[in-house]
Formats: sequence, structure tokens, C-alpha cells
Amino acid sequence: MNAIFNRKYIPLFATAAVLIVLYTIASVLYDNFFSILTMTNILSDNAYLGVIAVGMTFVILTGGIDLSVGSVFAFSTILIASMAEKGYSPPLAILLAVFLGLIFGLFQGILIHKFKMQPFLVTLGGMFFARGAAFMVNMESIGISNKFYDWVLDDLNLWINSEAFLPASTIFFLIVFVIGMYVAHLTRFGRSVYAIGGSEDSALLMGLPVGIVKVAVYGICGMCSALGGVLYTFFTGSGNPSNGVGLELDVIASVVIGGTLLSGGVGYVVGTLMGVLIYGTIQCALMFDGRLNSWWLRIAIGVLLLIFILMQRVLTRGSESDS
Amino acid sequence: MKVTDRIMSNRLLWPIMGLVLLFVFNGLYGEGFFKIEIMNGYLYGTTIDIINQGSKVMLLAIGMTLVIATGGIDLSVGSIMAVSGSIGALLVNESDYSFALIVAIALVATVIIGLVNGVLVSYIGLQPFVATLIMMVTARGIALLITNGFIYTFEDEDFVFLGNGHFLMLPFTLTIVLIMTVISIFITRKTAVGVFIEAVGDNERASRFAGINTKVVKMVVYGFSGLCAGIAGLVATSNIKAADTIKLGETMEMDAIFAVVVGGTSLTGGKFNLIGSLIGALLIQTLTTTMYFLGVPPAITAVPKSIVIILVCLLQSEEFRRMIMSVVRRSRA
Repeated sequence: MNAIFNRKYIPLFATAAVLIVLYTIASVLYDNFFSILTMTNILSDNAYLGVIAVGMTFVILTGGIDLSVGSVFAFSTILIASMAEKGYSPPLAILLAVFLGLIFGLFQGILIHKFKMQPFLVTLGGMFFARGAAFMVNMESIGISNKFYDWVLDDLNLWINSEAFLPASTIFFLIVFVIGMYVAHLTRFGRSVYAIGGSEDSALLMGLPVGIVKVAVYGICGMCSALGGVLYTFFTGSGNPSNGVGLELDVIASVVIGGTLLSGGVGYVVGTLMGVLIYGTIQCALMFDGRLNSWWLRIAIGVLLLIFILMQRVLTRGSESDS
Repeated sequence: MKVTDRIMSNRLLWPIMGLVLLFVFNGLYGEGFFKIEIMNGYLYGTTIDIINQGSKVMLLAIGMTLVIATGGIDLSVGSIMAVSGSIGALLVNESDYSFALIVAIALVATVIIGLVNGVLVSYIGLQPFVATLIMMVTARGIALLITNGFIYTFEDEDFVFLGNGHFLMLPFTLTIVLIMTVISIFITRKTAVGVFIEAVGDNERASRFAGINTKVVKMVVYGFSGLCAGIAGLVATSNIKAADTIKLGETMEMDAIFAVVVGGTSLTGGKFNLIGSLIGALLIQTLTTTMYFLGVPPAITAVPKSIVIILVCLLQSEEFRRMIMSVVRRSRA
């Protein structure tokens, strides 16, 4: 029993170890890397990624995948920017964007569950659809300038010391993260998510609401993607239909590096937070270095994702029956 | 019932019907759609242009068909196109290698990328979409590293000929597509390779017990898909006489999957239909060209395309058919 218990946490420990090692190496290599300012920056720069990753964690825990997150994210940024430009109130635009993200996700979930279509195929279609829809809203980037955004950006910051602070979007991410942990580990819904990921047939035989939960996780993921878009509009002060190309891989990487198995059933929301921080640390270190362009980040994340998937396969091989 | 069953069972009927519908629509509303002119001894016209522009999707579709037949998917083809295009454009500018050598280097590189996909899928056991999604992002990163984000343009005669030249009055790209089609149909229909591919897609375990080296079969089809994508990338680069690493091949993976799925090859693997995929590729290119005619911006064409893909997959879904059938039966009773 104890051995199984330990085995369960190995990916999580590995993630924590990678985070600490990466941060230590970067701190040794670059001056001022080990500072409150850098730490808060890593967290704030990736708040939008973190929110989407929390949603993706639920989808992957059920054994599914959502490739549409980057496009839904882009759609929500451009919708908000475009509505704000036309004079609608920003909170209304934000609500609409989040609502559309939820509906879009639910629709994908229905296609996946009801018609037994492969999740990657449905969400790949969704990815192209939402990207095209984003360009239908507006072809170009739109800047956002209005009182609501100024108020949030100026007055809703949590100052840690004289130079470092957490913006409202980061605080929002931390709230989403805590809610995600609560839902995943302490609610009936969360336990159903794990059960479905472990074995859908068993979950069905146990009388769990498999259909509702499966559709709901895609809804949650769509909603989180739209929320990520909302945070990004605060981060960049603009909306752009070509935002977040390739974001789905970053999100999946954060979740998987965080110790969640792609086959479903195993993983922790707290691992996802660490995955996001690892992503942020690599990104920040590349920025500190300055010699390597941003495409190295993508390559590094791809390689790291591969290493973690390989590690998980080695770890799970013992418990799985040979297929 | 029997008639509808027979229509449903003919895999080529749907894509051909779609193509005919689009042609009729264009014949009615697109001015001069069917007009073909002879200029300087070559054929010119919208339909010829569809064949020329569609050659890239057709090439990708050939490779993608075999990958999908083994039950896999290759999401990296668009990025692989960017790799071969940037290698070609870079070497044409910066080296004095012969054009044949440049093509060889570019294609060897893309075959290696394809084989890496294959190793990840077959020997390491990653889900195909995960392995090729990683490659989709990584390969584009590699392409950007090759060109350093610089857009190389060129005037090299041989390279320009590849995507813009003519052979027997028709675009040279058609010759390339025909050669690749004949080779792949010969290999899959006249040798045992086609049976191996279908067997792996139908039941991997059973085919392993039957003595087929399933891992090698899977690795080779991804390598072949890399080769097809590499050629498509060179053609696309030649078309515009420049290698734009960020845009080159973007969303082409969707067009290729569209062509294969519409062409009657099921995403669950097994039986495949190369000719169907080629018709599917022509269908999507005609759709794209039609939308350009109607003034739809290129970025938005993804919306109707993705709707068609999902609809076709819905039609292939057992649950959906059963639902429709029960609705039909209820309305009759």
C-alpha cells in the first residue's frame, strides 16, 4: 500500500525537483534572477497560461484533450477589444466572451461524448473554427483603452514590496487555481473526473454521471480559455485574432510536466501550477540570457514535454498490464 | 433502404458529388471559371490554377492517407513544409550546390523529421497526435532557426520552375503529383506494403501476431508523410519565390486531413483510398478558390472547412447514423 502511495507522487516530486533545479541554475547564471521581482514576474507573465492550464488539467484527467484552447483564447481577446472599441461596457464584453467560451466547450464535449468522436479531432476542428471566427470579428489587432481597464490596472494591484506587485489578473489566476484544487480533490464532480480517467466503463457501472461530467470538463476548459483571453487583454492592453498560435502545446506541456498523465486518471492541479512555473522559469531565463530567440522556448518546452511523457511511461509501465 | 445503403457505401461518390456541386456553383456564379486559354503554348485558367495550387494539398494528402490508414495522424506536415522550404531557399541563396543536391538535402531532412515522428509513435508509444503536435511546434522552431526569421527570396531558374513551370502544356506540379501518386499506388497495391498498412490500422495486435513488423510499418509511413510534406514545402516556396517560415504551410495539416477524411478514408484506420484523397484535395482547393472568388479573406476560410470536417466525421460516427436512422424510422411509423 505504501509503495503505491509513494509511486503516485513520484511525478509530482519530479516536477518540483525540476522547478527547483531550473530556478537554481538560472539564479547562478544570471544576476538578479533570484529576487521577488523575478518571481512575481514569472507568475504574472503566465497568469493567462495558468488559468487555461487549470481547465486543461480537468480535460486531460478524464483522458481527453482540448486543442482548441489557443483559438478560443484569441477569439475572446479580439471579441472584448472589438466590443470595447464600439463602446460596449467592458464587464459586459468579458461576460459575453466567457459565456461563449463555455458554450463552445460544451458543444465540443457533446460531440465527443454523444457521438463518440475522438477528442483531438473534434477540438482540432474547434481550433480552426475558433481561429477563423476570431478573424471574422476583426482582421487586425485592436488596442483597448477605457476607464474600466485603467481602474483594474492602476488600483487593483497587490504590492509586495516597493518594486514587486501582483496585478489583479495574477490574483485572479491564484483564485482560479484554488477553486480548481477544491473542485478536483474535494467535490463529487472532481472524484467523478478521476474515476472516468481511470476507467470510463467502471465509472459508468458505478453509476457516476459520466456523460454530464465529460461534457462539463470541456465546458470548463472552454470557459478557462476565454478567461485566459480576458487576463491577456489586461496583460497586453489589446486584442489580436492571431494571439496564442501554438498555445495549446504550451498548455498541454504545463499540465503534463506538472505530473498529469495524458492517459487520464492521475494528476494534481497543484502540479499544473508547478508546470506553469517551470514554463515561466525557462521563458524568463531565455529573456535574461537575451542571446536566444523566443523559438528556443518552444523547442525547449517540446523537448521537456517529451522527457516527461517518457518518464511517465517508464513509471506507469510497472502498474499497467502489457497491451 | 438498399439504394441508400449502396450510395452510403460508395466512398468516392460523396467527394465527387461535392466537387460537382462546387463546379456547378462556380459555373453559374463565377465568371469565366471554366475558361481555359492558351498563352505562350501553356494552358491558363481557373481550373488549371486549382490543379496547380491544389498540388500541395494533394501531395500532403498522399502521405496523410497512409498515416491515417495505420490509425495515426500527422499534425506536423505544415511545419515540415516550412523546414524544407527554408532549407531550399537558404541553400539556393547561400551555397553553390546544384539544385538537385539542394532538393536532396531538403528532402532528407524532412524524411528524418518524419522518421522521428514514426519512432516516437511506434517505438516509444506516444499517441500519434501528441507526438506530431510536439513536432508541429518544434519543426516550425527549427525552420525559424534555419532562416533566423529572415524571408529568403530567390530567382534561381530551376527552383522557380518547380512550382511555376510547365510540362506538356500543364503545370509541372501536376507531373510531380502524378509521379508520387503512381509510386504510392504501385507500392500499396502491387506489393504487400498496402496490406501491411491496412492490417496495422485494422488490428495492430493481430497483425503483430501474424508476423508483421508493425513498428517498422508505422515508422515508414510517417517517414513517407515527411517526404510528401517536404516536396509540398518546396513547391509552396517555389510558388511565391520566397520562404516565409512563419506562414509557410500554416493550417495545411487541416486541409490534408480534410482531403483524406472527405476522400473516404476513416480516421479509425484500416482501409484507405488514395484516389479518394486526391479528389478530396481537389475539393478543398476548389472550395478555397471559390471563397477567394467570393471575397472571403483567407484566414476566415478555416470556418467553413472545419464545419465540413466535423460534419463528415459525424456522418462516419456509428452513434450519429443510429440516431438519424431512429428518427427516420419514427417519422415513417
